[in-house]
This record gives sequence, structure tokens and C-alpha cells, in this order.
Amino acid sequence: MKGIFKLAYKLLVNDKAKFTALLVGITFAVFLIVQMTAMFAGTMKRASATVINLGASVWVMDPAVQTVAQTTGMPDYVLDAARSMQGVSYAVPVYSGAALVKLADGTYQYVTVIGLDDATLFGRPQLLQGKIEDIYAENAFIVVQDPEFAKLGNPHVGTEFQVNDHRGVIVGIAKVASSGLFGVPTLYTTYGRALQYLPNPRFTIAYVLVEPKSPADVIHIKQQVQALGYLALTKEEFIDRISDFYIYQTGMGTNLLIMTAMSFIVGLSISGQTFYTFVLENLDKFGALKAIGAKSRELILMILFQASFAALTGYGLGIGLCVLLIALARLRLPDYAALITYWNLGLAFVMVVVIAAISSYFGVRKVLRIEPFEIFRG
Amino acid sequence: MPDPAIRATGVVKWFGEGEAKTQALRGVSVEAYFGEMLYIVGPSGSGKTTLLSVLSGILRPDSGSVSVEGANIWNLGSDKLADFRLHKIGFVFQDYHLFPRLTTAENVAIPLILKRKPWNEAIGEATKYLEIVGLKGRADLPPVKLSGGEQQRVAIARAIAGQPDILIMDEPTASLDGDTGVAIVGFVKQNILNDRRCILIVTHDDRINQFATRILKMEDGVLTETVKKGPS
Repeated sequence: MKGIFKLAYKLLVNDKAKFTALLVGITFAVFLIVQMTAMFAGTMKRASATVINLGASVWVMDPAVQTVAQTTGMPDYVLDAARSMQGVSYAVPVYSGAALVKLADGTYQYVTVIGLDDATLFGRPQLLQGKIEDIYAENAFIVVQDPEFAKLGNPHVGTEFQVNDHRGVIVGIAKVASSGLFGVPTLYTTYGRALQYLPNPRFTIAYVLVEPKSPADVIHIKQQVQALGYLALTKEEFIDRISDFYIYQTGMGTNLLIMTAMSFIVGLSISGQTFYTFVLENLDKFGALKAIGAKSRELILMILFQASFAALTGYGLGIGLCVLLIALARLRLPDYAALITYWNLGLAFVMVVVIAAISSYFGVRKVLRIEPFEIFRG
Repeated sequence: MPDPAIRATGVVKWFGEGEAKTQALRGVSVEAYFGEMLYIVGPSGSGKTTLLSVLSGILRPDSGSVSVEGANIWNLGSDKLADFRLHKIGFVFQDYHLFPRLTTAENVAIPLILKRKPWNEAIGEATKYLEIVGLKGRADLPPVKLSGGEQQRVAIARAIAGQPDILIMDEPTASLDGDTGVAIVGFVKQNILNDRRCILIVTHDDRINQFATRILKMEDGVLTETVKKGPS
């Protein structure tokens, strides 16, 4: 059987014009599909950055919250109630808000401020420089070293600036798992200091971060929080809720769907037609093979092999091209939000398989119908 | 009288439907023997190619039987029939039907590859068959780089590469000039025909009659006469 596949391979790749057209079609389709979904995945990850970075198992929030950045303050009793709930190991408040930083050179820069629970510092980032206890020092902030870091003038430990007209000092430089979506630097401080530095509404707790005693307790915690009139979501549920918001309420999902469908149609049109033409041009040769003694299933295998080979090669090239583009983009735009995930690759693979299947289906039908007698008659 | 290589009895074949229905073969009976170079001649539309197709197992007759080496081939299923063609029949098509994007050796190796021979072994054997047909040193060239006569020789090499008992040649001189055509068929008679092989040729070309063992004339789907019977 190897010989038959090699024969099919040579028939395909030696027809350089058709093979190139096939590869271009599939590569282009895969590139578009992976690029679009990678941008979407990157954006979604950024949109959930705070959820990922703080790492709490269960998030208690106002039911109006759709994204992590659009917080609605909750009264302190929610925190007290959460701490007293059956199945809760511990619960801490977290503050999330925006502030305006004035740098030493006089320029202004918006930042995201995360206020961690004063007692536990739950959700603190991993420090690259400085000591975590210094966060309790006067005016202390920890800055996240991410692609937005440079917007604060590449600060170091000891750098001073103003946060909402209050003095601030960098006491640590940290790294986090995911950068934010909105292109602004992130500062960590204590919950108490965040309340001092940032203008506050009546209720100040953005989220209550809850750690259940066991995974089985999550359901009870959710029920008890719901009884209070609030919403408790697991980390994964909150990330899904944020994704759903962007997919269904911003048009991103529709655009993604349209682009993915267009990529598929373009890929299918170019590749399907080229492959079909390839089969048509070789129809008399397939007929001759049939006359010589090739069985129908051998011819089907040859066509499936050709379609699969072209599809998988195009798949690899498309992904390679996408990786190259993202790498090049990141040279200029370090915070370029694109993330190739197994989900992206899986989706593109499924589409490529469908393209190969549809392309080969028509070719197979044609080849099965060709009668060797037609070859004899010329 | 030895057993025939091919025995066809009362072969009937219709084409088309309704008013367009025509009878291509009207109860043809024919026998071909090993060591014989049998020509089937006749005007266009007389049913020569149809008969050749029925005899070689690529066109199912509406009635009648075809036995090759004693076995009725039209009782075989499609896979067995394909195997029969692969192992018993070698085809030289009128337009050669060589793969332009394969080398001549790869073209010749096709029956061997279909017989599941490893690629390199098949190419090695194909190169030997190319030498037999006088194309030594042409193994790596694509067919388009060869002359018409050379392409015909490649087609012959491909047909005999599977070591068939029966060689079917459809208008072998149609695409060649007179001298080349005569040379090719003469070559086939001298080098390819042997006591264990039967060669059936459909032709219009009188210039190659000298090589025939027997010539059967066809007209309107029936065999009308045996023109010549030479030594078998």
C-alpha cells in the first residue's frame, strides 16, 4: 500500500501549479481561521486577566457584573456573610478600580489598581524585585512588569509618582500570568490604601474572593450567596461569563463567526475547485489505472491521501504563518493580544478536514464513475 | 488443438437506450491462442474496441461468456476482475495514457506497484523492462521528453511489466508515423510474443499485417471472415 500512496504523492506534488494553488488555498484559510480565533482567545484571556491572576476559586459579585473591569460595589455585610457561610474556608475582599498616575516627567497615565486584603494579601502577584511585606509601607505600590510596564517610565523599586494626587512609591516589581485587556499598567496595593487613594462610592467591595473547604461546598456557597441577592461564580464560570459578554453583547462573536465562515468558504472554494480540477485533469489516468487493475478502493485511497496530504501540509503552513505573524507583530506591539490555543488549532483542523473531505468527495465520485472502457474508446 | 487463451461465445453488447439503442456486438464468438498475434480489423464503429474491452474484462457483455484460460471472467466480482486484469492482461492504450508527471520508470512500474511490490524494487524492475523495449537510459525522463515511438515503447513496457499472459493493443500505430509503427509492432512480435503469451491487436493499419498470425475482420458487430492464418 505504501507504493500506492507514494504514487499518489508523486502525482500530486509533481503537478506543481495545482499543488501550489491547493496549498495556498488551505494555508490562507487556516491562517485566517487561526489568526482570528487566536486574536479572540488572546482578547478573552486579557479580559479575564484579573480573574486569572488573583486565582480565587469562587468569586462573589453583584449580579450586574458582566466583566471583571465593570465592578459594582457590594456592602461589607456580604463579606461578613460569606465568612460565616457553611463550607467556606476563608473569604477576603478585593478592590478593583482605575486611577490616574502622574509620572516624574509630568505626564499622566491611567492605571488599574488592585487592592488586596490587608490581612492576608490573598491574590498577591509573584515578586521579581522587592519584598512583599513592603506593601504595608507608607504609600507603597507594587507594579506589574508586563507589556504596559514601560508606560510608567520603566519604574524600579523606589520610583516615586502620584496616584490621584497622592504620593506613591514602587516597593516591588511583580509578574502575573496574564496582562490586562485595556492597555494600562497594573498596580497592586492593600485594600485599605486603595480605598484611601481612589474615589469611592458608598459600597467599596468589588469582589469577595472565597475559598471553599472542598469542591463539593461550592454548590452550597452559591446557593447561600444567591439567597443574599448576590452571585457566586467559580473562576471558570466567571471567565465564561466574561467571554459570553464579549461574544454576545459586543459583536465580537458575530465578527468572529463571519470571519471564520469566510475563511472556511475561501479555503473550500480555492482548494475544492483546484482539487476537483486536478482530479478531472487526471481522470483518464485514473481510468487507465482502473483498466490496468487498480481497485476502486485503491483509487479512493489515493484521492483521500492526496487531499489529506495537501490539507495537512496547508494546515502546518497556515499555523506556521500565523505564528510568524504574531511573533513579528509582538516585535512592534509587545501587548499584541493573540493566543494560539489547542481550541484554535482544533477548530482549524476540523475545518481543514471538512475541506479535504468535501474536496475529495467530488473527486472520488468522478473517479468511481469513470469506466475503463471510456479510456479504450479514447 | 491446444486450449485457447481466450474463448468468447455468443457475446452480445448493446449501447444506449430507447431509439438510440444500438447493438455493438451481435453474438460474437472468437478464440485466441497462446503464441498467437491476433488482429481484429474493420471499419470505425464495427465493434472492434468493444470486443477487445469485453475480452479483456473491462466491459461487461449483455449476454454470452468470455473464458480466459478456462475461467469465465464475467462471473467474477469487481475486485476479482480488477485482480484478473492486473495479473493476466497488459494494456497498450491508443493514446498511451502515460502519467506526464511521473518518470518513464515510474510509469512502467505502475502494474508492479499495484501488485504491492516495494517502490524501489518496482522501479528497478521497470528499468529492466525499459531496457527490453530499447529505452535504456530514459528511466528518469518524463514521457513528454520522449518521441511518439518512444512513448509507445514505454506503454508497451508498462503493459508487459506485470508479466501478463494476454497483451491488448488498441490501434498501436495510430499515433505513429508509418515506419515507426511497423518497427514497433515488429519489435513486439519479435521480443514480446512467446509461447505463453497471446497478443490481441485492434488496428486499421494494413502496413502491419505482415506480423499477424491471424486477422479477424469485423463489420456491424459480427466477425465476417478470417483473413489470414499464419504460423502460430
